[in-house]
Amino acid sequence: MSRSLLLHLGLLALLLALGFLLPAYHQGNVARVLVLATYAIGYNVLFGYTGLLSLGHAMFFGAGMYGLGLTMQYGGLSPVPAFAAGLIAAAALSALVAVLALRTIGVAFMIVTLMFAQAAFLAVLYFGTWTRGDEGFVLQQATRQIAGLDLTHPTTRYIAALILFGTALLITARMMQVPFGRVLIGVRENEERTTMLGYDVFRHKFIAVVISGTISGAAGAGYALLFGYVGATFVSVQYSIFPLLWVLLGGAGTTIGPLVGALFMFYLIDYASGLTNAYMLIAGVVLVLLTLFARAGIMGEVRKRWVPWLP
Amino acid sequence: MEFGPHLLLATLEGAVTAAVLALTALGLSLVFGVMRVVNVAHGEFFMIGAVVAWFVSTSLGAHPAIGFVGALLVAPICAAVLAIAADRLVLRRLQYDPEATIVATIGMLYIIQQATLMTYGPEARPVEPPFNHRIALPWYDFAKAEWFYPWGLSVTSYKLFVIAAAAALLLAFWILMSRTKLGLTMRATQLDRETALAFGIPVGRVYSVVFGLGAGLAALAGVLIVPIQQAHYLMGTEPLLLSFIVVIIGGLGSIRGTLVAALLIGLSDGIISVFFSPTLAKILATLLVALVLVFRPQGLYGKKPA
Repeated sequence: MSRSLLLHLGLLALLLALGFLLPAYHQGNVARVLVLATYAIGYNVLFGYTGLLSLGHAMFFGAGMYGLGLTMQYGGLSPVPAFAAGLIAAAALSALVAVLALRTIGVAFMIVTLMFAQAAFLAVLYFGTWTRGDEGFVLQQATRQIAGLDLTHPTTRYIAALILFGTALLITARMMQVPFGRVLIGVRENEERTTMLGYDVFRHKFIAVVISGTISGAAGAGYALLFGYVGATFVSVQYSIFPLLWVLLGGAGTTIGPLVGALFMFYLIDYASGLTNAYMLIAGVVLVLLTLFARAGIMGEVRKRWVPWLP
Repeated sequence: MEFGPHLLLATLEGAVTAAVLALTALGLSLVFGVMRVVNVAHGEFFMIGAVVAWFVSTSLGAHPAIGFVGALLVAPICAAVLAIAADRLVLRRLQYDPEATIVATIGMLYIIQQATLMTYGPEARPVEPPFNHRIALPWYDFAKAEWFYPWGLSVTSYKLFVIAAAAALLLAFWILMSRTKLGLTMRATQLDRETALAFGIPVGRVYSVVFGLGAGLAALAGVLIVPIQQAHYLMGTEPLLLSFIVVIIGGLGSIRGTLVAALLIGLSDGIISVFFSPTLAKILATLLVALVLVFRPQGLYGKKPA
């Protein structure tokens, strides 16, 4: 068994143990962080490994969330097919966005993704009859059951969040070891050279956007299912900035960076919101400090200084 | 009201939007053109202009006109000083790397916005306009062949002033860019940074001036709009997105394109929001812009990349 697999399984085992040891308040928080970290993992596939900075991932998170939420609320689907609907919605949206946005590069790519996400956010508000706009809607507790397991029960919910996170973690960790992921890293490091070596760069980038969007959508669907709330806030610009913040903080291009960043930021904001209503100030300060002093993020610095084999 | 007068009213509202938008977008376009920095915090300088205008007019407490003139002087300076500090402390250290500066300006956006929330508070506060006469507008009745004053067709003198003031500021900006030495150095830096440096132009200082000037223009727009809108700490988001749209449609870095696009977008935004759902109009506008960027990245007036 390789060192990196050992590390990932060890991390998952630790998180599983924490699920039973943590007090109720933190158990709920960490469950939330695990779902958000799944979102960050999806973002990391594109930003950390492929080197494409998207400012519109909230639309994929939202596609998953509304894909599940609307089909459960109005289609009467049970959670498993509804979750699949969320995944399909996110995959379809990310394929569409990829085809269009990948024609641009650099700054234009960021603005195009930002604009598409803004259109998606406004569309959620526009179809307020069904989405209930900013107010959002609540998924009834009775419907959030899979095979007799009650997903609203704190420990079950924690385990479900851990399964979601673990799946995303192991998939992306494996992806970066096989040739496909290596090519993505090649695109990040030097796109021209990767093209020169004969790889179809557009196809690789396209698949990266779809995988990234689908994982983000899975996180959105999971969030709606586990916490029972669907609202327009999760599609707003702020939720496109958050995964960028988490991944930058945790370490772009590291497998466990997204979790570290999400965990750190979640508790920082949680603590700050107890002090002032201007808690997003923390997010701003952290973003500026990171770009100035620690571009590699926490796990990136750890890798640079002490653990060069860190995946 | 009939269709004709209604359209005239919508056009006037649109012209006010266009005037303010042109100032804001010009700042964004200038910063992008010269420094190649996408300033996501640009809308916050607009907000600072409005908030400072409120502070100045309430603390002076005299006639609204005095407060307004004071705000016109103080607000752009405040915004410019803040922007220059941000340039020196953050952007310069990032060596103006395009992606890093975007992330850093997102951070600045939250810092400025949330700092305003902590000091100014979450309320929306009105500022009294320096003068505000209601001017009824006549309309020609073709059936009776005479001029008359339809009910509701009017504009305030302040709104006309906003249009005129914006036009005057744009003219001043054009003179600055085309007739002064400072404008020449800015254009030289935009054209070729290395050569400008070789000719002894202090590029670092030019960058600071440009960033400050861009922020100052946004703040002026904020001062002009605040007697019509209200000062609020979240008011920067909308002008930011609209300015993005304008700058992209006009062509990244092209000043002339920015002005044409501001007029186009401002007028159509005013007219469309009167006759259709504003949300739908915004959805279509944003999608249109994204597609422009995808299929015609040079915009209306931008140059094709070599």
